[in-house]
Amino acid sequence: MDKFDTLTGIAAPMPMINIDTDMIIPKQFLKTIKRSGLGVNLFDEMRYDDDGAEIPTFVLNQDAYRDAEILVAGDNFGCGSSREHAPWAIKDFGIRCVIAPSFADIFFNNCFKNGILPIALPQEQVDVLMKDAEKGSNARMSIDLDAQIITTSDGEVFTFDVDPFKKHCLMNGLDDIGLTMEKSAAIDSFETAASQARPWV
Amino acid sequence: MSPKTLYDKIWDAHVAHEADDGTCLLYIDRHLVHEVTSPQAFEGLRMTGRKVRAPEKTIAVPDHNVPTTPGREDPSNMTEDSAVQVAALDTNAKDFGIHYYPVSDVRQGIVHIVGPEQGWTLPGMTVVCGDSHTATHGAFGALAHGIGTSEVEHVLATQTLIQKKSKNMKVEITGKLRPGVTAKDITLSVIGATGTAGGTGYVIEYCGEAIRDLSMEGRMTVCNMAIEGGARAGLIAPDEKTFEYCQGRPHAPKGAQWEAALAWWKTLFSDEDAHWDKVVTLKGEDIAPVVTWGTSPEDVLPITAAIPAADDFEGGKVGAAQRSLDYMGLTPGTPLSDVEIDTVFIGSCTNGRIEDLRAAAEILKGKKKKDGLRAMVVPGSGLVRAQAEEEGLADIFKEAGFEWRLAGCSMCLAMNPDQLAPGERCAATSNRNFEGRQGRGGRTHLMSPAMAAAAAITGRLTDVRDLM
Repeated sequence: MDKFDTLTGIAAPMPMINIDTDMIIPKQFLKTIKRSGLGVNLFDEMRYDDDGAEIPTFVLNQDAYRDAEILVAGDNFGCGSSREHAPWAIKDFGIRCVIAPSFADIFFNNCFKNGILPIALPQEQVDVLMKDAEKGSNARMSIDLDAQIITTSDGEVFTFDVDPFKKHCLMNGLDDIGLTMEKSAAIDSFETAASQARPWV
Repeated sequence: MSPKTLYDKIWDAHVAHEADDGTCLLYIDRHLVHEVTSPQAFEGLRMTGRKVRAPEKTIAVPDHNVPTTPGREDPSNMTEDSAVQVAALDTNAKDFGIHYYPVSDVRQGIVHIVGPEQGWTLPGMTVVCGDSHTATHGAFGALAHGIGTSEVEHVLATQTLIQKKSKNMKVEITGKLRPGVTAKDITLSVIGATGTAGGTGYVIEYCGEAIRDLSMEGRMTVCNMAIEGGARAGLIAPDEKTFEYCQGRPHAPKGAQWEAALAWWKTLFSDEDAHWDKVVTLKGEDIAPVVTWGTSPEDVLPITAAIPAADDFEGGKVGAAQRSLDYMGLTPGTPLSDVEIDTVFIGSCTNGRIEDLRAAAEILKGKKKKDGLRAMVVPGSGLVRAQAEEEGLADIFKEAGFEWRLAGCSMCLAMNPDQLAPGERCAATSNRNFEGRQGRGGRTHLMSPAMAAAAAITGRLTDVRDLM
């Protein structure tokens, strides 16, 4: 997994609540058996018209935001299905950090497995960051995961919370499965005990 | 011993390792796998030379993008990319030695219907699947939730998940439901009351007389949509109905093991003084048959209400409601029962079980769908389909003008050819009314099977109580 430590980049504003996984990556793109190549279809139905032409009003179709690496969005981002294609598409587009007042549980977990940092902040702080993002490509936001701070283009600083274990994995690009396999003795002994306590399982 | 919730008890019985910061390895008893969210996970195992740790606890079935029309055993009758995904699941199931129900097997169906039907899902288990509606299995008092593909790979390789414990939320539905009100109306009404993020960070336990009165099918409908309320999982404590449902299923324990299992299952309830982080109570008698009007499952109203205006809401919901109204092509103030529909879809892991088909057939018996309307029933599994045929339900649907399909997810998420056209308006028994969910530009109104059947007869959103 790619490491995440610091990021300075353009932030795209999406002031909508309940941005769901069907919006992020519609179902017709879930037929792939690969993880890569989904960036071109990120937000497909908002981004392209029926003929496949770009819809100019959509934020990521505007020149200022084509290279966005941060997304600032409304409440309950990533609600809906468990499809990891959603963070795959976000990552493939080049976005490494999503900031919103809240995230849906499964999407939130999926981000950390793919080197994406989701940051939940109070609404009033997201409102400030949204305004900063609306300034376009001249305004760059900075994120420092180690220090757990976001710095706006004006130098205003916000701190954020992150689970220590998830932070550790993200900063070091660690593979969860490898880490868990180091604890296989614990799993073995649990399995032995459980198979005696609940042999029907 | 301090009092525990049902969730606490199941959690405690499955912690294989706990780190100092509270991060746990939760042991997984059942892992359900389907064709869409698993290929990359199996590819990951191959690339790292890892095996499936517990193939005997892993069950695969293709459901999301299989066609629901005859002849689908022949891959040339699938779109090329669907055929590739199904073929990949065929190969992966064989190579890794996991249980498998291919499309040619009568037991094939939607993974969340097959699991309980075959007795894979049992009380007190931990159940995961790369699908958010895994919450369905919570109806058995199993801790069940959706996971992403990386976690699918993690469970395949280690039979555990890295988890932190969620908070406890109690949703109590007191008293009795009124006639015409069903499990779907309960679960939608709860989401209407709490919002789609109301359950974020929680595991919900549904309880109260109205929940106890539900059949296992109804309980599965309620838990299925816990995810739409943002919760990690939904649970209902097992009782005699649960045990009766499980007994004799192919993979349920038998003999002495059944007795041992039963003894443990009977301890699976929330203790009297257990701590709840959040409590929501609805009166059963206050719940009406409901429909959704917008593009979020929280956009729910009694069928007797009118379309709201964006200004009726606050904060970010004002813009969201306006966007929903525009997308859905609806005018504020219009009675919901005046909204004309083009299509009816009965099926999905929310409402594709036998009781759902019985409820819809009850309304449709001896009647016809409105002329020009497209209507289809997609049973949740091959066995549900067979039972419905045996009970004469299939004939009622066919005589009413419905298409009688083979089992699969179908138009719930429209990955297969069952899709809405732009602007097409659908009365659906599924679980999501998101923009484009049932096809680009398609407009979805969620409701119960009985309400969908009523809509098929009149051609508009309809109060089923008027037809009872």
